[in-house]
Amino acid sequence: MNINLTLILQMISFTAFVWFCMTYVWPPIMHALDERKKRIAEGLAAAERGAKEQELGQQRALEVMHKAKTDAAEIVNQAQRRYNEILDQAKQDATAEGNRLKHAAEAEIEQETNRAREELRERVATLAVAAAEKILQKEIDASAHRELVESFAKQI
Amino acid sequence: MSSEAAMTAQDYIQHHLTNLTFGWHPEHGLSFAENSADAAAMGFWAVHVDTMFFSLLLGGLFLWFFKSVGAKATAGVPGGAQNFVEWIVDFVNENVRGSFSGQNPMVAPLALTIFIWVLLMNTMDLIPIDLLPFYFQHLMGGMGADPHHVFLKVVPTTDPNTTFAMSLVVFFLVIYYSIKIKGASGFMGELTLQPFGKWGMPANLLLEGINLLSKPVSLSLRLFGNLYAGEMIFILIAMMYGHGIIMDLSAGTLQLGWAIFHILIVTLQAFIFMVLTIVYLDMAHQEHH
Repeated sequence: MNINLTLILQMISFTAFVWFCMTYVWPPIMHALDERKKRIAEGLAAAERGAKEQELGQQRALEVMHKAKTDAAEIVNQAQRRYNEILDQAKQDATAEGNRLKHAAEAEIEQETNRAREELRERVATLAVAAAEKILQKEIDASAHRELVESFAKQI
Repeated sequence: MSSEAAMTAQDYIQHHLTNLTFGWHPEHGLSFAENSADAAAMGFWAVHVDTMFFSLLLGGLFLWFFKSVGAKATAGVPGGAQNFVEWIVDFVNENVRGSFSGQNPMVAPLALTIFIWVLLMNTMDLIPIDLLPFYFQHLMGGMGADPHHVFLKVVPTTDPNTTFAMSLVVFFLVIYYSIKIKGASGFMGELTLQPFGKWGMPANLLLEGINLLSKPVSLSLRLFGNLYAGEMIFILIAMMYGHGIIMDLSAGTLQLGWAIFHILIVTLQAFIFMVLTIVYLDMAHQEHH
């Protein structure tokens, strides 16, 4: 309970402790704390940047997707148009070809008909001459009455 | 305890309140005091060996632990010890930032040293009161000393030398920074020109002088008184042991209860000492208040 030399020794010890703490204990710990604070701040800033970039990326992706959709629709439309065109063209071609074939066939038929008619006419003429020959025998001169027979045959 | 069985209650208390004092006795020369009268006779030039031993041990423990953690401190993920140390350092730093408005790199380490050192010294109070003295007596008895004259106080903060030493250092720092920041004339003006103006100078000096001097006194006596009283309760509880099973059980219960309550006092007193130190230094750094 006495105040004695212990007081002074304790004052010296206390001062030495405070000095030691101030020189060797406090700075490294505070340094570590500050360093960590800085790192955390940097990390948070980086995270925020990342989030912003992600948002931008998402926007860009959305735009690209939108554009792709429009392009695809455009392409489909073009294809549709082209298909219709080709279809129309084909239809026209087919109709034209059909008409051409029809005309050719008709012309051929006409020709055939005419040829057959010619032949028939000649045959009839010949037959008529033969028949007339048989009927008239020598009386009728083939060359003299030829004109008459032929005009007759033309009426067939 | 068996060694105290023969002692009266008064002797027992007296024994526990006497420091292991080493000094120059007028009759016995350089020796350990054999009783409190011897210690008183040694006068000022005597040392409380137990106080010095435990305070230096605990202060060294504190600095060694914090220094070894600080040397390995990383800014990355902290380990358990570093986490613990950072928690305390952060707590002290928060308090300093909250109460201290000036710029002084000395205040925070000072506050940390006070808080942890006082906390550790106070915590010695939670060790059963007779445990260390008992072994120390047997050790010294084995070396030829009379066990009845071997004293040991394990709680340095129940020695006013320790508390006054700290409060005086704080007091000197307050005066040093007051003069450094405000100049000698500014400091004297603060002491003499308020609160009543220059015509009330004597009254001002009286009031401000008492105000200034009461700081170290109240700072040290608060800590000393709380811990001294706490230890006294432990001593009184300890005296209940050895009087039958009922007394033993109730003493055990009381000791446990008081120890749990004492944890609060131990921490609170260390915290108050730290906070008041910060506040006093803050006032020393402020130009006007």
